[in-house]
Amino acid sequence: MKLALLIPVLPLIGFIINGLFGKNLSKSSSGLIGSGTILGAFICTAVVFVQFINAGSVATEVTAFDWLVIGDTTLSFSFYVDQLSLIMMSLVTGVGFLIHVYSIGYMHDDENFSRFFAYLNLFIFFMLLLVMADNFLVLFTGWEGVGFCSYLLIGFWYKTPAYNDAAKKAFIMNRIGDLGFILGLFVMFSEFGSLQYTEVFANAAQYSESNPAILAITILLFIGACGKSAQLPLFTWLPDAMAGPTPVSALIHAATMVTAGIYLIVRSHVLFDLAPETMWIIASVGALTALVAATIAAVQNDIKKVLAYSTVSQLGLIFIALGVGAYQSAMFHLLTHAFFKALLFLGAGSVIHAMSGEQDMRKMGGLKKILPITHITFIIGCLAISGIPFFSGFFSKDEMLAHVYNDSICLWVIASATSALTAFYMFRLYFLTFSNGFRGSEQQKHHLHESPSSMTTPLIILAVLAAFGGGLGLPMELIGIEHAHFLENFLPDLEDANFELSHQSEIFLMMGAVALAVGAWLLAKKIYKEKQTLPSDNVTGIQKLFVGKYFLDEVYEKIIIRPFQLLGNALYIFMEERLIDPIVNAFGTLAVAKGNFVKQLQQGNTGFYIFGIVTGVVVILIANYLIWFR
Amino acid sequence: MMTLLLILLPLLGALSLFVMKGDAIKKAAFATALIPFVLAIGAWVNFDAAQIGQYALNQAWIPSLGISFSVDMDGLSLLLVLLTTFLTPLIILSTFDRNYKNPLAFYALILVMEMALIGVFVARDAFLFYIFWELALIPIYFISLLWGGENARPITFKFFLYTLAGSLLMLFAIIYLYLQTPTHSFAIDAFYNLELPAETQTWIFWMLFIAFAIKIPVFPFHTWQPATYRENSTSGTMLLAGIMLKMGLFGLIRWLLPVVPQGCIDSANTVVILATIGIVYASAIAIVQKDFKKLLAYSSIAHVGLITAGIFSFTDNGLRGASLQMLSHGVNVVGLFFVADIFLHRTKTLEMKELGGIRSKAPWFATLFMIILLGSVALPLTNGFVGEFLLLIGVFEFSDVIAAVCGLTVILGAVYMLMAYQKTMLGETSAATNNFTDLTFNEKAVLVPIAIVVILTGVYPKPLFELIEPSVQHILSFINI
Repeated sequence: MKLALLIPVLPLIGFIINGLFGKNLSKSSSGLIGSGTILGAFICTAVVFVQFINAGSVATEVTAFDWLVIGDTTLSFSFYVDQLSLIMMSLVTGVGFLIHVYSIGYMHDDENFSRFFAYLNLFIFFMLLLVMADNFLVLFTGWEGVGFCSYLLIGFWYKTPAYNDAAKKAFIMNRIGDLGFILGLFVMFSEFGSLQYTEVFANAAQYSESNPAILAITILLFIGACGKSAQLPLFTWLPDAMAGPTPVSALIHAATMVTAGIYLIVRSHVLFDLAPETMWIIASVGALTALVAATIAAVQNDIKKVLAYSTVSQLGLIFIALGVGAYQSAMFHLLTHAFFKALLFLGAGSVIHAMSGEQDMRKMGGLKKILPITHITFIIGCLAISGIPFFSGFFSKDEMLAHVYNDSICLWVIASATSALTAFYMFRLYFLTFSNGFRGSEQQKHHLHESPSSMTTPLIILAVLAAFGGGLGLPMELIGIEHAHFLENFLPDLEDANFELSHQSEIFLMMGAVALAVGAWLLAKKIYKEKQTLPSDNVTGIQKLFVGKYFLDEVYEKIIIRPFQLLGNALYIFMEERLIDPIVNAFGTLAVAKGNFVKQLQQGNTGFYIFGIVTGVVVILIANYLIWFR
Repeated sequence: MMTLLLILLPLLGALSLFVMKGDAIKKAAFATALIPFVLAIGAWVNFDAAQIGQYALNQAWIPSLGISFSVDMDGLSLLLVLLTTFLTPLIILSTFDRNYKNPLAFYALILVMEMALIGVFVARDAFLFYIFWELALIPIYFISLLWGGENARPITFKFFLYTLAGSLLMLFAIIYLYLQTPTHSFAIDAFYNLELPAETQTWIFWMLFIAFAIKIPVFPFHTWQPATYRENSTSGTMLLAGIMLKMGLFGLIRWLLPVVPQGCIDSANTVVILATIGIVYASAIAIVQKDFKKLLAYSSIAHVGLITAGIFSFTDNGLRGASLQMLSHGVNVVGLFFVADIFLHRTKTLEMKELGGIRSKAPWFATLFMIILLGSVALPLTNGFVGEFLLLIGVFEFSDVIAAVCGLTVILGAVYMLMAYQKTMLGETSAATNNFTDLTFNEKAVLVPIAIVVILTGVYPKPLFELIEPSVQHILSFINI
């Protein structure tokens, strides 16, 4: 199990080599080191996985070194190997590796190639800390670290001010969530006297439901999750984060980092189980986010923006599932979503690569024949995310929806509407991009090409995962075969205890969902393929709201950013310069009004003056002494 | 003996400069400043927390008045001595590529300053403490006045008067306390054993607190600070912000909490609220600053506000956090003011909107600046996180609501620091930064050690925890009666 220590260390080594010596390395060696260290981490994860199973699947702690002393306890920098962390480690290193390989092709012409790989490696390092931590503080370290890497990578092309703004916004909005997180840790520490998972959860078991401290902890942790996993009201950074290179969007802003909030809640589900009120908030926030983001996604024309809002919306769906206690289904969808969303982003990257950087779908079209591999893999991604049988998303989403239905019809309606919208905007994207004729410039047309194999190979592997990833959780019990659901067997602790839907209702729901998805698909086909409608810039009615992204950025600007700047200026001018300082100066003037004391000071006799004071003190003391003891 | 050597060596170094000429002066100053650092490291390695008075030297000085030359280093003192002796050579090194007029006086004053600062941190006699406290003011006064900017004169004068006013309050308080001791002694233990009535404690508390608060500075006693930092020479600002303000924080811990514990407890609410106001107030002002050095000045007020609040939480976490954050703040702020100096030296401006695009011109500089910035915004695995996290827990144990307000520093710190980085380093180059050159060897020699300390203390702070723990417990034993 000591091998587990090596898993985060390998990407760190990659970061150090590429970061310090990248300038002297050739691009191929930079790429090789960058991807090789992640492959190494993946292999180590696989070995640890096997060791873990062979050792009887007992959760194990592996300590690296002592870190902080808090209160009476010493918190160590240590890792926790259990089912949940192994799944996440496999995801992070596996998908991470594919995206590294893809980046070799995608970033080939970038002058800062080695720096890119250094940042990606650093990201994987922090992400591994996040999922491998055995206490909340190491988790928080990874949490903050991935936020910082996200900042670096969104602003990777730092000469463009808009990208820098997007990077800064991402970091700051994450930090707003992090304040919640950190306060949650304080309540946790004062309540349980520890931040160690095992101790916290063991102590929490003695609390009754809806205990105020537990409610406070869970709500505060959820605020943190909202920041990182881009939920309302903190999601506006994620679409802007698309300023980063596309592999970054795939790795950080779709497959791994944004799932950290979900991981956090699943990891601390013992606490959340005791907080039904918080669960209700989580489900509501998730539902609202899912629907809001899906409506925005349906009117975007930038291929990456569609996928970005789609990610926000899918994360919202997962939060609904968390809110109803369906942790295991949430993990299932987290995994399949990672496969198909990484695939879709990388596919979009391949399109953008072919289009010489163009991201507006209205200028694309007809790419089917020119990008055959990208096209085939992309359509698999579309089918998977839309929930078409028997692709991965179908299984994971329907499982979530069944659990949501079991808990609340209202939430189920919202989730189903979101799913239908998902199928609609994904096929809208697909038809606009791949069908009909090419709408771009002659120059772009001339340049169109399929991407190199370093890019298409990861696409193919991810397409296989997106197609067959459902195998992780086949609902075999519906056809009478019990105990064949892999995740159910592997993550027994995370099962939804309240689930009591009959097989018939489950099948019925499934058919309804498929009908909705296919209907949305056909609708998109009719509008964007057959009628060849192009989205126009002139929108009316409620579409204005969607295109304007519900004007959240504007609202934040007006109610938070502006007022705070005004406050800063007001304090600076009125308090600082016109109130406090004049009072101080008035005292000063009063004190020095008499004598030529000032003149002497300004002539540089200060030293003597101070010695004067000191001698004076001594004289006073001697005098005092004489008086006292006479 | 070790402690006495640490005090005397910088003074000897200063004297030795008088036989030097030209370029040799700064090299000699650097070399002599390194010796105390090596010595302090040695003291740390041999430090045995269990052994009380390991580095003590107690020599009667003016016995008739109960004054003795009594010095010692416990963990807290040693931590600050390490900070002082680590930063002084770096501050000297940071001037290597610059030309200061009259170098002999300049470097001699820096070394005298180092001596006085070490004296403040090791003194175990209130009178001796006061002498060193005042002594530290002399060199910094001249450095500010003679090597500062165009407006240095009135600003330095104000700084001087302000701190002097505080010193007088402190002097009265010390004399009063001295008169209350049964044996008429200035010894620290005599002060610690005083059991004054609550009312007396309160007014003694305020006299001492204001003296320390001015030095730190705590809101609303801070108005001397931004202008003084802004107008001072870089070395002067580094000495002030990096080390000298720790005199005030150290004073709170060493000479206030154990001496008038009841006074501290009674006034804790007021102090913590003032400190908290200061954090938000200074952060809000930092956000609207256009001048990089002024932004740093206000950010420093916010940081030390949190340290003050942590000290007055009277918790082990608060005091540990305060101790470690004194170290981290000192290291980071010296790094950041050196960054400001590099801007000014290369581009002749500190207006952030005139800078920009430097990252593409100076990758070394950009990376090192970023690492120090991360320490300043307290990213985990940097030094700033260790202190800030513990301070916030300490404040949380004092009051959860106040901790939530103090916690805003997590967000606001990121806002103004990232904004500053973006404006100065990112984007396209400007007219001022077109010819920006990357760091010279000497500049790297300053920033690289700082960056290493930022990461090292963030990843493995355990030895520091071990160093300060007995001191923290000792101080707390007076307050939690």
